[in-house]
Amino acid sequence: MTSPDPDRLIVPPDGRSHSEQPRWRQDFPIDWPQDNYVSRRDFTKFMVLTSLAFTVGQVGILFQNFLRRRRGELPIQEVVGVAEIPVGGTHVFNYPDAHTPRILVRLDESTFVAYEQQCTHLACPVIPQPETGHLHCPCHEGLFDLRTGQPLAGPPRRPLARVRLEVRADKIYAAGLEEALT
Amino acid sequence: MRGRSRFARKQRMTIVMGILSLVMIIVILQLWLLTASMNAYLGGDESVLIPAALVSLVCLGLNAGLLWYLYGLER
Repeated sequence: MTSPDPDRLIVPPDGRSHSEQPRWRQDFPIDWPQDNYVSRRDFTKFMVLTSLAFTVGQVGILFQNFLRRRRGELPIQEVVGVAEIPVGGTHVFNYPDAHTPRILVRLDESTFVAYEQQCTHLACPVIPQPETGHLHCPCHEGLFDLRTGQPLAGPPRRPLARVRLEVRADKIYAAGLEEALT
Repeated sequence: MRGRSRFARKQRMTIVMGILSLVMIIVILQLWLLTASMNAYLGGDESVLIPAALVSLVCLGLNAGLLWYLYGLER
């Protein structure tokens, strides 16, 4: 008598022999090791699809970067008159489009800085505090340096995007964004 | 009739577990790569984007190869 091929055996979940199984399982046997094998193989397939999704996301970032570079230089836009903003005063404006708020702060008689108004953590509006030299994000207590836009405390890790400013004939103009110093 | 695999069932189970572990490690690496690239993109640092995309493509190729091998076991 030859022993049965172990690969052809149907193994029930409790490992007992076929004749010891309840009647319903004898009628509809489930091969447990094969079931485990197929479920792990399918999970592996799902993980490979996840890998594909991550790669698509990665290529998407690359494509977005390409589009950003193609847009080229930002336009020059008048922001506000020098006389309209006192030392320590602030002015909110949109640049380069109508949906991107920026905040301008006059640090002293001749120094102006402007940053994006959204915190780099979760996009809450930042509040300038010229008396302490900080920009404060009230949502998660983030702090940025008012002179450089670099994060000082709290959850933000990236600096605020800084707007390049030019002063011509007593008017302040936004003339592009400065390279981030990460 | 189903053809015989060159590996026994128990061996195939070990192989699928090994491959699954490798795929999981690679996918976690890709997730880290994606978040780091997004952070760099938003921070204006463009230098890492192309290498990161290439590494991610290589990881996908590795994963696809491992899955291909897994399905090949049953042929």
